[in-house]
Amino acid sequence: MVILEVKNLKKYFPVTGGIFLRRTGWVYALDGVSFTLNQGETLGVVGESGCGKTTLGRCIMGIYNPSDGQVIIKNRQISKFNSKLKKKLALNLQMIFQDPFDSLNPRHTVKEILEEKYIIHGKKSRSLNSQVYKLIERVGLTQNDLSKFPHEFSGGQRQRIGIARAISLEPEIIICDEPVSALDVSVQSKILNLLLELQNNLGLTYIFISHDLSVVKHISDNIAVMYMGKIIEIAGADTIYNRGKHPYTKALLSSIPRPDPESTRERIILKGEVPSVENPPSACRFNTRCQYVENICMTKEPELFKNLKDPNHLTACHFFF
Amino acid sequence: MPDKVVITDNTILDVKDLTVEFNTELGVVRAVDEVSFKLKRGKILGIAGESGCGKSVTALSIMRLLPKPVSKIVQGKALFDNQNIFDLPVTDMHHIRGKKISMIFQEPMTALNPVHVIGKQMKEIYKLHFPQLSSKEMRDSSIKMVEKVGIPDPEKIIKKYPHQLSGGMRQRIMIAMSLACEPDILIADEPTTALDVTIQAQILDLINSLQKKLNMSVILITHDLGVIAENCDDVVVMYAGRVAEKAGVKNLFKHPRHPYTKGLLTSIPQLAKHSKTILPTITGQVPSLMNMPHGCRFADRCSLTETVCKKTTPQIKNIGKNHTVACHLA
Repeated sequence: MVILEVKNLKKYFPVTGGIFLRRTGWVYALDGVSFTLNQGETLGVVGESGCGKTTLGRCIMGIYNPSDGQVIIKNRQISKFNSKLKKKLALNLQMIFQDPFDSLNPRHTVKEILEEKYIIHGKKSRSLNSQVYKLIERVGLTQNDLSKFPHEFSGGQRQRIGIARAISLEPEIIICDEPVSALDVSVQSKILNLLLELQNNLGLTYIFISHDLSVVKHISDNIAVMYMGKIIEIAGADTIYNRGKHPYTKALLSSIPRPDPESTRERIILKGEVPSVENPPSACRFNTRCQYVENICMTKEPELFKNLKDPNHLTACHFFF
Repeated sequence: MPDKVVITDNTILDVKDLTVEFNTELGVVRAVDEVSFKLKRGKILGIAGESGCGKSVTALSIMRLLPKPVSKIVQGKALFDNQNIFDLPVTDMHHIRGKKISMIFQEPMTALNPVHVIGKQMKEIYKLHFPQLSSKEMRDSSIKMVEKVGIPDPEKIIKKYPHQLSGGMRQRIMIAMSLACEPDILIADEPTTALDVTIQAQILDLINSLQKKLNMSVILITHDLGVIAENCDDVVVMYAGRVAEKAGVKNLFKHPRHPYTKGLLTSIPQLAKHSKTILPTITGQVPSLMNMPHGCRFADRCSLTETVCKKTTPQIKNIGKNHTVACHLA
């Protein structure tokens, strides 16, 4: 069942300059992103810094108002919601943030942090205490931890508190924005396991945003690869890894260092850097770095083409799909 | 002088029993404890470990850049060029640092001076180490160096300020600066952690090719075991301020012997495996430096722990050619 649908989502940020702060241009952070997400599945969103993956998460959450396009959750369009409806929506849609140091109020105890959501949404009841106890044990901490402040915890434990807060209102969709990027590998694996276990037990749907393709591959059913505000390839996780088509996806895969000194895979090292988002290349945005570039790539923007054998595998490239 | 030991094999830097202590408000903390390793000429040595394991402090001690007066090298030697770096007077160190041993830092934004153009910062190196050069010669060498690290249009770049360059470019400038004097040893402390993967691949490729061209020795410090596997010849795995295991890179990844190394290797999500499987983990957390357990520091998290582990500190054992491990049970 489709729980979330994003249609042609766009978000442009104005660039201002000069003494009167007049608008001098736009940053095309999201430029026509569409996908659908089924209940209980995970969509991994991967890409380099500045590709728009965080903006995508925030537009879906309603933190940013999209410039154009639609976000449809359970057949209700949210970009047209007023603040009251957005609050109601939060019951169904929650977020886990990247930095577990900045996203928890340092002056509140863990108990206060976890209770806040119930109070805001008017769900404070006599059983609040026991609900919070259950919640904290659910994420692998103990009741003793409830009276502590965030600074008393390690990064991994803080991320657990962030997760407890996100699942407190029993939402159906959770947007995870780089939830393990700030953590060491041995801690990262525990948080990934916790997210998988919660998904299995609570039937959660995740949008998992990360720059680390091996982490995304590990946790996702489907993966969307983004480049400069656009999805350039979207397919099942194993398909992206085994049969990824887009030259950027291939380069991205090959530049991930593998923990195997005897690996003999061919490495594609991309030339140059990501162009400025204020002034993106015309037509295909990857044409400045692509080794297969031809005339058509400079003149015509590729749409998302369907793979002939696998209709769920879409690639935005004139030659490889 | 007892420190004048002639190193006969191809070891270029020999660190022995390095111990560093920090004075904090809560007491003395031992960040690095009896760390020993050898860096071979023309090879890349990787130092791996998680945050707080002492890998950066080890690097800073070799550069003699530890913050003073809060920290102190309480024990140990680092033999380079038949002399102990730790005993050298500060003025002698000026001639080694940057010229014979140089360092690349993790954050290229904070390591470069924001108020000076790149060219001026590069000139500083030549002014200190080659004062006989004329201003024009210094400028020309800077341009040549910037060109060598693969930056197009070097004349233009050296007139720019650090904030006008991207992260990858800044890291290239850092590399150009650190290699300006063709040092014998390059210490790279997490050189690519702040960069995107495609840029990381470019920078590591650059370090590798320059290392071969100049026949440098490199110490590559990183938390990413993938980076270690693909770039290093030898590896030191550190845990809680101590060396857990040392081996050649193939040996370490194929036959890890320390339970911590094994745990680290299995907890990395691997691209080739099926998605949505539960990952093996290491239980518990790294002990606080303020409150280190007796005996083996990994004992509380290890699945094989026996009574001896909690009582005595494991000695470094030789378990094969170029392979040592600090574990009672290995």
